[in-house]
Amino acid sequence: MFGKLTWAAIPLNEPIPLATVCVLVVGIVAVLALVTWKGWWPYLWREWITSTDHKRIGVMYVILALVMLLRGFADAIMMRSQLALAAGHAAGYLPPEHYDQIFSAHGTIMIFFVGMTFVIGLMNFVLPLQLGVRDVAFPVLNSVSFWLTAAGVLLVNVSLGVGEFAKTGWLAYPPLSEIAYSPGVGVDYYLWSLQISGLGTLLSGINLTTTILKLRAPGMSYGRMPVFCWTALASNLLIIAAFPILTATFAMLLLDRYLGFHFFTNDGGGNPMMYVNLIWGWGHPEVYILILPAFGVFSEVIATFSGKPLFGYRSMVLATMAICVLSFMVWLHHFFTMGAGANVNAFFGIATMIIAVPTGVKIFNWLFTMYGGSIRFTAAVHWAIGFMVTFVIGGMTGVLMAIPPADFVLHNSLFLIAHFHNVIIGGVIFGAMAGYSYWFPKAFGFRLHEGLGKAVFWCWFVGFYLAFMPLYVLGLMGATRRMQHYADPTWQPLMVVALGGAAVIFIGILLTVAQLVVSIRTRDRRRDVTGDPWSGRTLEWSVSSPPPAWNFAVLPTVGGADAFWSAKHRAGAAVAEERLIALSVPKNTPLGFFVAFFMVIVGFSLIWHIWWSAILGLLGAIAVCLRHAWRTDLEDSVSVATIAEHERAHRLRAAQA
Amino acid sequence: MNADVPVAETDRAPGSHRSSRDRLRSYILGLGLAVVLTAASFAASSSSFVWGPSIPVLLAVLAIAQMGVHLVFFLHISTAPDSTNNILSLAFGIFVVALVIFGSMIIMANLNHNMMPMDQLMDIHTQR
Amino acid sequence: MNTFVDVASEEMPSGIPLSERGPAPRRVVAGFGFWLFLLSDIIIFSALFAAYAVLSGETNGGPSGIELFDKRHVLFETACLLASSFTCGMMMLAMERRSAPMTYFWSLLTAALGVRFLWLEITEFADMVHRGAGPARSAFLSSFFTLVGTHGAHVTIGIAWLMIMMLQVATIGFRPMVIRRLLCFSLFWHALDIVWIGVFTVVYLGARP
Repeated sequence: MFGKLTWAAIPLNEPIPLATVCVLVVGIVAVLALVTWKGWWPYLWREWITSTDHKRIGVMYVILALVMLLRGFADAIMMRSQLALAAGHAAGYLPPEHYDQIFSAHGTIMIFFVGMTFVIGLMNFVLPLQLGVRDVAFPVLNSVSFWLTAAGVLLVNVSLGVGEFAKTGWLAYPPLSEIAYSPGVGVDYYLWSLQISGLGTLLSGINLTTTILKLRAPGMSYGRMPVFCWTALASNLLIIAAFPILTATFAMLLLDRYLGFHFFTNDGGGNPMMYVNLIWGWGHPEVYILILPAFGVFSEVIATFSGKPLFGYRSMVLATMAICVLSFMVWLHHFFTMGAGANVNAFFGIATMIIAVPTGVKIFNWLFTMYGGSIRFTAAVHWAIGFMVTFVIGGMTGVLMAIPPADFVLHNSLFLIAHFHNVIIGGVIFGAMAGYSYWFPKAFGFRLHEGLGKAVFWCWFVGFYLAFMPLYVLGLMGATRRMQHYADPTWQPLMVVALGGAAVIFIGILLTVAQLVVSIRTRDRRRDVTGDPWSGRTLEWSVSSPPPAWNFAVLPTVGGADAFWSAKHRAGAAVAEERLIALSVPKNTPLGFFVAFFMVIVGFSLIWHIWWSAILGLLGAIAVCLRHAWRTDLEDSVSVATIAEHERAHRLRAAQA
Repeated sequence: MNADVPVAETDRAPGSHRSSRDRLRSYILGLGLAVVLTAASFAASSSSFVWGPSIPVLLAVLAIAQMGVHLVFFLHISTAPDSTNNILSLAFGIFVVALVIFGSMIIMANLNHNMMPMDQLMDIHTQR
Repeated sequence: MNTFVDVASEEMPSGIPLSERGPAPRRVVAGFGFWLFLLSDIIIFSALFAAYAVLSGETNGGPSGIELFDKRHVLFETACLLASSFTCGMMMLAMERRSAPMTYFWSLLTAALGVRFLWLEITEFADMVHRGAGPARSAFLSSFFTLVGTHGAHVTIGIAWLMIMMLQVATIGFRPMVIRRLLCFSLFWHALDIVWIGVFTVVYLGARP
């Protein structure tokens, strides 16, 4: 009746997961109770949950990312503390079966539910505003994408309390991930959660690519788009091209596990190496999907706060598209040691070194942008400079490992761990935090507290180096990844330093929360009344903060790059009221929420082999989609009077500033 | 808002600006070409008309040609400016498809070449 | 009122390049978005083709393709699918003329040919399973059933989608939203035939002892 699900799935005999689950459940119930007591449900449902507005959806993605950062970081603290203790004969406090789930969950959550959600959230919020249009190409699909991602997040977190998570690492290599060696539900939680959220991500990729290529303000040719839009284009093209590989590969593994197929099994002619090959065919473009939007953020931030146009627009665009293409030609460097032979390894080693070149071009362009500019050292610029130093170091260690003989020593060591955290934290996280600081006032109408923002940066910066430089050394000393304890006690001091670094980062995360609370409490002191708090160059700064639902009263006609900058510095005419026409905005819809609801049921049912509820869930999702297909009233109209009133009020506030 | 407004002059998808008769001719021509190419593929693979070792190449060429026929005659891909985005994305897609298929084949062949044969591997495994 | 097209952009003189004319009309946007989706679908198939190419020799002591495949059967399947692509084109022409009866006629023909294709494929699969050559027998068979079966699943979904679209035409008429969806369907249906060209060439005609 309930498949493999029994009461034994709840970890009553494992104190740490049990305690965590209790705390989480209490916390969630408390939040739900608070919302109910305050009567916020109608507001939340109407303004956020069913919203098809890209600005709202973008904010929800970022909130999801920040919440999952806490979960993923908790895993990190557990790993660091375990390793600081478990030297020589000491066993630490986390048994191997638990430790394996922690490092698997850490990687899965950080890549898929922090990295991806943060950059997709920023792109969602910013792109239509920078392109001078009212919304993304498919607003309803946008809502569906977000909620499918949230469904994946929910499933991964449910695994904490009901069942187990995968013990295979974040990529679940067979044969370990096959049913013969992982008969439990952990790998199934991993696979179904990522298939569901992966669908959401793919749809987002299609949505944002179509937006950039087909929806731009009049006059905005490709050469006049902000560089953030170019990097977003490259990133979303990569999503469209790479995520299907992940979907297909996971589907093959699922077929092996559920129906006894032999794609990657040890017997029957299966080939586990094929999984590694295919999964990295996705995995390498994935890291470029993460980093390219971060590069775009830095282009915007550095140009704005240097008071100069970005240096080398054309070479930036060329470098971005070169990275987009080259990112598909290096994937074997993740498995040099799997035995492909010298010729193949050499090709991919050289290709990996080549792909570092366009990134170098970008670094120089950023430096030349800053050179001769009048730089304002806001928190966002701290992140940018911290990124340039940190990412270059991380990139260099990557090129070091691109040499196959070196990689034979360093593959799967802590050196590798240090390298990819170096580039992901130094690149993606720093970029996400810079974007968060930079666009926060546009989203909410007031700036974040600058002093606390700088404190957050310094904690992350110092904490990162303390946490990961020792890992480079340990890697060279022979320490491998995913180890729950080690025999050589001379490694312990370095592990303790690394734990110290994690603690410093933890303070940074606490300060991020504090910054948010303080900024909200004292928001009147840092109101953004003009819509342009940073003296920006691009179109998002030409509308109020926060922008109205329709973004622009009249779509701007663009004459050159840095459209807003040139408009500001000519005679800045207010929008004449005769040019206003009534507009349509997409209506809210519960479709996304309900589809995700049913997909959670489908996923959970399939994980536990409860076939009847899986079918019911699927039918529910289909029914909801069919109901939506017959909806003909999909837009609300906004009257000229409403638009004019908003414009008047905005101009009045700006004039009083 | 009018949901029943007929499709405006400017509201076109690529290739839809041609007349009805042109479109009909396009479908009929496409069907004809596709039938010929399909017949040629099946004939080439079963008969001895073609020199054996070249059959895979011929089949590949015929398949690619037929895919082209479908793209041009059924999907109306053209070189008109409103098709440029479609062609560029198609080119990127083909690039990735080629890498995934041929890249995987080359890599896996190399890996398998260096692997111990499976039957020996399983012998060692069962000996443990 | 179209959300994305303001009056200003529609008044632009035609000398302006396409990239500077402002947001594209809805039909173009929907068609291009679906085109991108099709590309992603084709990449899913490419991963399955790659798996097939790598694993097609791994018969685990069981039957290989050359022993199992019947070329005449496949020729018949191919004919059905190709014909259905043509009838789909005819359906689109009828839709452009806003002729509901002809749209239904051609769509029923398309669906019928699709169902015939599926029936041929299902009987082939059933026969193979009956002969002990099911997907769990070997890696070759796993990759065969998955590649060809995924294509068949897409055809099934396509037929269901087509029937739903006919219901939409019948109940809410040829409004722009329905036209856009039919356009997307036709892109999907033609793309499936393109994938089938790859399948019959590589899997069936390419089967080597």
